Amino acid sequence: MSADETGLTFLDRPNSYIGRSVPRPNARRLLQGRGIYVDDLKLPRMAHVAFLRSPYPHARIRGIDTAAAKAAPGVFAVVTGAEMARVCTPWVGVLGHFKGLKSAPQYPLAIDRACWAGEAICAVVAASRAEAEDAVALLAADLEELPAAVEMERALDPDETVIHPDLGDNLAFERLLDVGEVDAAFRDAAVVVEETFQVGRHTGVCLEPRAILADWDAGEEKLTVHHSFQAPHMMQDILCKHLGLPEASVRVVCKDVGGSFGIKVHIYPDEMATVALSLMLKRPVKFVADRLESFTSDIHARDHRVKGRMAFAADGTILAAEIDDLTGIGPYSVYPRTSAVEANQVVNLVGGPYRHRNYRARARVVFQNKTPMCQYRAVGHPIAVMVTEGLVDLGAARLDIDPVEIRRRNVIPDDAHPSTAASGIRFEQLSHQAALARLVEMMDYPALRAEQAALRARGIHRGIGLATFVEITNPSAAFYGVGGARISSQDGCTLRLNPQGGVVAAIGVTEQGQGTEAIVAQVVATAVGVPMEQVRVVTGDTDATPYGGGTWASRGAGIGGEAAWQAGKALRQNVLVVAGAILQADPASLDLRGGRVVDAATGTERMPLAELGRIAYFRPDTLPPGLQPEFVVTRHYVPKDYPFAFTNGVQAAWVEVDPDTGFVRLLRHWCVEDCGTVLNPQLVDEQIRGGIVQGIGAALFEECRYDRTGQFLNATMADYLVPMAAEMPDIAVAHVVSPTLSSEIGAKGAGEAGTAGAPAAVINAINDALRPLGARVTSQPASPEVILRALGRV
Amino acid sequence: MDGASMDRVRDVTLWVNGERVSRRVAVRTHLVDFLRVELELTGSHLGCEQGVCGACTVRVDGVAVRGCLMLAVQADGARVETIEGLSDSGAIADLQAAFHARNALQCGYCTPGMLVSAAELLAANPAPTRDEIRAHISGNYCRCTGYHAIVDAIETTAAARRGEGGAA
Repeated sequence: MSADETGLTFLDRPNSYIGRSVPRPNARRLLQGRGIYVDDLKLPRMAHVAFLRSPYPHARIRGIDTAAAKAAPGVFAVVTGAEMARVCTPWVGVLGHFKGLKSAPQYPLAIDRACWAGEAICAVVAASRAEAEDAVALLAADLEELPAAVEMERALDPDETVIHPDLGDNLAFERLLDVGEVDAAFRDAAVVVEETFQVGRHTGVCLEPRAILADWDAGEEKLTVHHSFQAPHMMQDILCKHLGLPEASVRVVCKDVGGSFGIKVHIYPDEMATVALSLMLKRPVKFVADRLESFTSDIHARDHRVKGRMAFAADGTILAAEIDDLTGIGPYSVYPRTSAVEANQVVNLVGGPYRHRNYRARARVVFQNKTPMCQYRAVGHPIAVMVTEGLVDLGAARLDIDPVEIRRRNVIPDDAHPSTAASGIRFEQLSHQAALARLVEMMDYPALRAEQAALRARGIHRGIGLATFVEITNPSAAFYGVGGARISSQDGCTLRLNPQGGVVAAIGVTEQGQGTEAIVAQVVATAVGVPMEQVRVVTGDTDATPYGGGTWASRGAGIGGEAAWQAGKALRQNVLVVAGAILQADPASLDLRGGRVVDAATGTERMPLAELGRIAYFRPDTLPPGLQPEFVVTRHYVPKDYPFAFTNGVQAAWVEVDPDTGFVRLLRHWCVEDCGTVLNPQLVDEQIRGGIVQGIGAALFEECRYDRTGQFLNATMADYLVPMAAEMPDIAVAHVVSPTLSSEIGAKGAGEAGTAGAPAAVINAINDALRPLGARVTSQPASPEVILRALGRV
Repeated sequence: MDGASMDRVRDVTLWVNGERVSRRVAVRTHLVDFLRVELELTGSHLGCEQGVCGACTVRVDGVAVRGCLMLAVQADGARVETIEGLSDSGAIADLQAAFHARNALQCGYCTPGMLVSAAELLAANPAPTRDEIRAHISGNYCRCTGYHAIVDAIETTAAARRGEGGAA
């Protein structure tokens, strides 16, 4: 953080809201049930769409008899893929910076062929959702089931079905990396450990399903789309492109969003179809996924098999790492971010916290006839951390070095930054050593080890698992823009001072419950010098906010926050110029604090802001000639010094494993992380806690289970297990603060740290508990069955 | 109202948030669709429509129920309270304030149902342990918070109601 023109950092500013756990102003209405989610909206002449979805993982669509559905009560239209293709053009999920990435054109409704069980193949629009569903049941689809490519391990076999024959094979993308002298390092190592890790396919399970309400006004030629989504400007751009509309004709509004986690940042065929239907029918059309549709058509995540090796010197020094990652992404690379990013991140992130210089990686991304896979909270991180930390623990065990000690010996030292990891990722400033020290102190590690030993003697099997990690936040254009994706990495904030001293802040980052609007209000109130209650924040509306990327990849606070800070400083300066003219004082001798113009040196009030507003807006005739108050300012920010602002942290889990049942009881969980400046400690801590529990879900419970034919077996909330309150532990969170120097506020992201590290910590803890029993688990979720199999008991 | 079932409708009268409501409803309409679509009480949410997630939890004749597992016709003659009524009456204002102060909600979609469940617990057990709180809300899925803050907020409210201070 740097001092501004008044010589103060924001921490010195009187009445600073930064660093305070201010409650979220916009949470109160949610507590009263007054949120406005997309399904809460009702528009005149609004219709509802339901989709016929393929029951087969792979099927030729020979034809669909729509006559009975068209005649059903309440039905306005039945639309097939071919009919819809006349309105909406297809897309291909590739990006230029992923060399060789390939995918096939994808349509809003499948035309000739369905490629996963759950792909929409026909749409019915009716007066109510119930009537639309009734009519879907009357559609007679003539489908020929085709052989399906299901298992990712078999996707590249010569005899496997090639899903898109035009592409030649099922390999969507491959990345190879070879750094340093890997073979020599392994040859000369004192110890080499090796393991194959499996990370199951899971999904986001947002409590609010995906939802979109498209309203084409043929008179105004204006499309308004209410969308449960994270990136309104991206959606606007894509709608323009595929529906052939000028930018000025498309408005995307994203108000309350009931959870997203990366699920609601992708282009979904059924959502594009809904918008196209509104154009076709010239009336509002709403689509809200039901839970079955959510499970089978929301993007899935993970599904990786990673073979990993790590070489150690006798003193525990990591000499080299090598991985071979295989991941299945379903039949299409998802538009526009592509489905190559997760594997790419795994390659970038394995070994990230450590000093070794030798690293080789291969990642292969393959097509399969399952629900498409794409970016979900902590993209790639949980896989890379599980592999890295699992291998480190194996090495520690072989060398009889304590897990804390081996990490202490290998992390990149806090004073060695800026630095570069073996994979090439660049770190401005990390704090692994400080974080590890803080964690050991917070959990009282020696006492916990003593307790573990005492309990082991009584046949109680508890384990401690550690996971050191780095997290990608505040992405620059290096993430998507360089590859040709029209996804903004910059964000703007516009501030307007109103006559009574209220400030309206419109900003490109969006809110899905993280607290975006709260931190923007905190930053603006602090920068301008007004009470936070005087700040109204507007997000999620392409007609109303500056252009921006939205909220994803832990960018809201770091990028949106800095734009808000710069805008706030500029507005304060403009206000002080006018105040100086009115008060016949040097603007530099004045400040704005708590909604009052004060003498900067003494803090004595010179004029209320409301009086200045009155003069500027209603009596500008009394101002000196030539002085035009400019009480609307806009500032933008994009990180430029580094491609990403990496954060770091370390987590620990304390678990008990019942070797008779395979059940894992989570006793405690700790996290120390470093997201730079903490704008609102409570909001950051709750991001960490929520993320940890999401990671625990992946580690222990969550899995999209498919049978060999490609049918999704557990697509209900009763069968797909998610973390519920009774099984979750209390979670302790602490921070080390290394602000980024790339911005004045110094904030990095915190949204994904919890999910990045929790699975590895839990799996390592289970293995620590199982060690005396000679068993080890290497797959997520580590269900009771997995644990009992590891123990040889089933 | 679902037009396809116009031939299968029934007249119902019930009291919703203290107001008498009479409507003709399709018999297949579940209570939360009725509340949301017919009465525009959109504070009760749908997450799974099979009684698992708890987002639709409302109070019927004083008992917390899954609104998606009850048909609107079954509520004929009943007294239904939703988050809107509980908010406007001030009945759970302390709980809501504690949730707000502790940031025991993020996206807010689970929150109305979570509050109804929490209020039911506090009415029955003025001094629940953290484990008892966790057990009682274990039918309310929250993807955002990880539950810790929710448990804190309920615990704080219980303590405050017992006069042990710390109320938000």
